[in-house]
Amino acid sequence: METSFALTGKGYVIVAADTTSARSIVKMKNDEDKIKTVSPHLLMSYSGEPGDTVQFAEYIERNLRLYQIRNLYPLRPSAAASWIRRSLAESLRSRSPYSVNLLVGGYDTSTHEPKLYWIDYLGTVSEVPFAAHGYGSYFVLSLLDRYHDPEAPLEEGLATLKRCIQEVSKRLIVSPEKYKVKVVDKDGVREVEL
Amino acid sequence: MSIMDHNGGSVIAMVGKDCVAIASDLRLGNQALGISSNFQRVFGITDRIYLGLPGLATDVNTLRERFRFRVNMYTIKEEREIEPEAFAHLVSSTLYEHRFGPYFIEPVIAGLSKTPTGGIRPFIAATDLIGCINFAKDFVVSGTASSKLFGVAEGLWEPDLEPEDLFETISQTLLNAVDRDAFSGWGAVVHVITKDKVITRKLKARMD
Repeated sequence: METSFALTGKGYVIVAADTTSARSIVKMKNDEDKIKTVSPHLLMSYSGEPGDTVQFAEYIERNLRLYQIRNLYPLRPSAAASWIRRSLAESLRSRSPYSVNLLVGGYDTSTHEPKLYWIDYLGTVSEVPFAAHGYGSYFVLSLLDRYHDPEAPLEEGLATLKRCIQEVSKRLIVSPEKYKVKVVDKDGVREVEL
Repeated sequence: MSIMDHNGGSVIAMVGKDCVAIASDLRLGNQALGISSNFQRVFGITDRIYLGLPGLATDVNTLRERFRFRVNMYTIKEEREIEPEAFAHLVSSTLYEHRFGPYFIEPVIAGLSKTPTGGIRPFIAATDLIGCINFAKDFVVSGTASSKLFGVAEGLWEPDLEPEDLFETISQTLLNAVDRDAFSGWGAVVHVITKDKVITRKLKARMD
């Protein structure tokens, strides 16, 4: 089943999401990128109802881009998270709500702080040091309670992430086999190989 | 499971001698899974009014934005700050506007209102999710631990408590009530509103 997690460290946020695209019990694809770079220092992983996810993620991506074109600077992570939340909260009480869960991780270039927001399809937002969505969250959150260090350098952060992935593949019956991992820090966004 | 209990969380407010206190836990959950231990659901409306919003977390944010907007509009139109009584009715009417598709929040209001003689009078109130106001002289409770909060508050509260004693009473009430509730806890915050200042303290709580 779909799993995504993210954690903050010293000057960076790591976002990881599995790469399977499933329909019922069938795996349709195993190289799907479910983490979008929505602005130069902002990553967003999305999971939920297939169709809704891509549609909503692209809607967010284009609107954040439009803001940047109009104002010549991008939204900061907290502002972007607030706007995304509002979009979801308005959608929730509409005729056809988006069923999308998000992790928004970014680097605030003004305060030089990494920021991570846990957002669900209801429009619930919480700024957190680490977060997870999907069945993996039941294993990963307790593991991160023990091992997460907000001051850890990138290597340690990635090591912690590997432990999370190992734990999920060990304990979860319907565990994904591949993950895509992206990092955002002062230099922007990049993908890392584990 | 009710939608009201989806994210968990509880709020309590108490009256003291020329002061009021409002306290809340800090848990944000997704059913039984804990997501955050630093989720604020008590907000300052003016220097003398605080509002607690226990219930569905998405509506905590939505209502906070709504109330900020409506209080700002009130302040501009009236050219004065809103009084707690008026604010309680603003909360009530905002919720009743959504009578047949409500926000899943049961707010708690705590503040100090001005008397005609120039003094101050403590004010607390709570409403249900469609805006029925409950004015109380002693304490009001709301949230997933409300049944437990009633019991403890009934036992600990007494009239005319000074700010520091009121702080102790509300803190012990909240802490002991949320320890019996699986959906509340994970830290707590207390605001004591007095005539010339607001004392805000974070409490160490059981993290299980």
